Amino acid sequence: MAIVAPPSKFGKVGRPVLAWAVGLMFFFPIFWMILTSFKTDADAVKPEFLFVFKPTLENYLNMTENYDYWRFAKNSVITAVAATLFTLFIGIPCAYAMAFNPSRATKDVLMWMLSTKMLPAAAVLYPMTFLTKSLGLFDTHFLVILVLSLINLPIVVWMLFTYFKEIPKDIIEAGQMDGVNTWGEFKEILVPLAWGGIVSTALLCFIFCWNEAYWTVRLTTTDAATLSKLIEGNRAPEGLFFGRLSAVSAAAVGPIIILGWFCQKQLVQGLTFGAVK
Amino acid sequence: MGRIVLDKVSKKFGDVEVIPPLDLTIEDGEFAVFVGPSGCGKSTLLRLIAGLEEVTSGDVIIDEEVVTQVPPSKRGLAMVFQSYALYPHMSVRKNIAFPMRMAKVDAAEQERRIEAAAKALNLTDYLDRKPGQLSGGQRQRVAIGRAIVRDPSAFLFDEPLSNLDAALRVGMRLEISEMHERLQTTMIYVTHDQIEAMTMADKIVVLQAGVIEQVGSPLELYNAPCNRFVAGFIGSPTMNFLEGAEAAKHGAHSIGVRPEHIAISTTDGTWKATVGVAEHLGSDTFLYVHPDGGGEAMTVRVDGEFAARHGDTVYLTPTAEKIHRFNDNGLRIT
Repeated sequence: MAIVAPPSKFGKVGRPVLAWAVGLMFFFPIFWMILTSFKTDADAVKPEFLFVFKPTLENYLNMTENYDYWRFAKNSVITAVAATLFTLFIGIPCAYAMAFNPSRATKDVLMWMLSTKMLPAAAVLYPMTFLTKSLGLFDTHFLVILVLSLINLPIVVWMLFTYFKEIPKDIIEAGQMDGVNTWGEFKEILVPLAWGGIVSTALLCFIFCWNEAYWTVRLTTTDAATLSKLIEGNRAPEGLFFGRLSAVSAAAVGPIIILGWFCQKQLVQGLTFGAVK
Repeated sequence: MGRIVLDKVSKKFGDVEVIPPLDLTIEDGEFAVFVGPSGCGKSTLLRLIAGLEEVTSGDVIIDEEVVTQVPPSKRGLAMVFQSYALYPHMSVRKNIAFPMRMAKVDAAEQERRIEAAAKALNLTDYLDRKPGQLSGGQRQRVAIGRAIVRDPSAFLFDEPLSNLDAALRVGMRLEISEMHERLQTTMIYVTHDQIEAMTMADKIVVLQAGVIEQVGSPLELYNAPCNRFVAGFIGSPTMNFLEGAEAAKHGAHSIGVRPEHIAISTTDGTWKATVGVAEHLGSDTFLYVHPDGGGEAMTVRVDGEFAARHGDTVYLTPTAEKIHRFNDNGLRIT
């Protein structure tokens, strides 16, 4: 008979306490940001108004009226959605090929793709800036979509590859025997079987695109500027206006937090590279 | 129609030649079984016929048509996999309908064939279930159903019964044999189990290390194995081999006698031996005996009523005309 240790006192009480503590630790900055966004700039820096203050919507109204929030939000949606779709469009066939028709180079290709993520982005900042400017691509949706796609492609291919690997090769071969062509293999077998994985990957990719700041801030000015740029733009020369900044930040991360909330299960599965079976 | 010819077909994986060039013909309507120990290349050979592996050289010919470069989907063959390979996201009905849907068979005809297959395979009550809700035997039936409805020119089976328990295996074996009798379609069946090979095949192809050792009917292989490998592989329990003086008496390097071709007595006989273990199967008893004066242990198949215990002395007499003789290369001496 297997010996099962009775749950220790720590396990019963300590674990939930620890979990809550970690959870709160991660949640606190967001909570603080939201709280501050309802304070006036003046109140935001006064310790006596830490928790008790007169809430105001001034920052939010100011943001939509003076900073054109919706234009930035629209750009974020356009670029993140388009980049996610484009990344999947390239990534799915790529991962499919490597998962089901591997060659001797497959492992190396995967490693090489991942290694591109190890290159510091700053190393190519100047070439990228000059190149995009001379090509007339600077501050265009096209550029942002391309850049977001390329920086997320390695991780997307890796994730999809892992999901596709879990589909038994027999099932794909059974499909071939049953008369499907390559497109049919995708549509009838691969996509339905890996649907959970593809959705998780898409969500994660979307979040990465939405949150990306290094390139979107540097390669845009107005036309293609995303919410990251809006936050960055609130660094006024007169100093930091915490109330305003918090409102902008809250409005920028809000959509993604709500999306994440609804897709928790998919995301956790995606991050743990869960199983198809 | 389903006449399959392999013309000098070979297969290399990288630098490793798993199948040296070989020729083989499987006639239309024949039940051919590829049998051999694991790693002998029998599954690879089947996959070459299916088109799931590319041949390195040579040609695969189906009904006089060279299909070497034709993709699996266009070869008109159906395959049943060891793992069943059902589509887990589709109901049984959709699984069976899938190849017909791909071939754009009209809906009424699809429905008719599904009903017929389900009836023949006892799946009518399960048509709306997903594969995950079925037992192993039922899943294998669905896989067979999916193969039947296509009306293929030949069926390929890749160790279809190895994931089933022993009782179910015997049942499915019979069903597949009956299916063959009914359809009279060419079937190629891969197994490592020589009992499946013996009971089902019209023609057995014995393979070792990618090389065809012998092709023949079950009884041809049983009665006249062309070498020691085939002699040892076909038949259960396996053949007893003797070398040295005993073989020399018959003018051979080694001789082989099947356990069922040895008469046993408690009083006199050609070889004296001591009983080691007795396995009582009821109808028969397998005695594992040690010949006096050394030599390899031998197996003797005796009547179930024969009483023998560990340590008993017995006398063995091989049936003279059933002794197989082999030369020093292991080849049969005729």
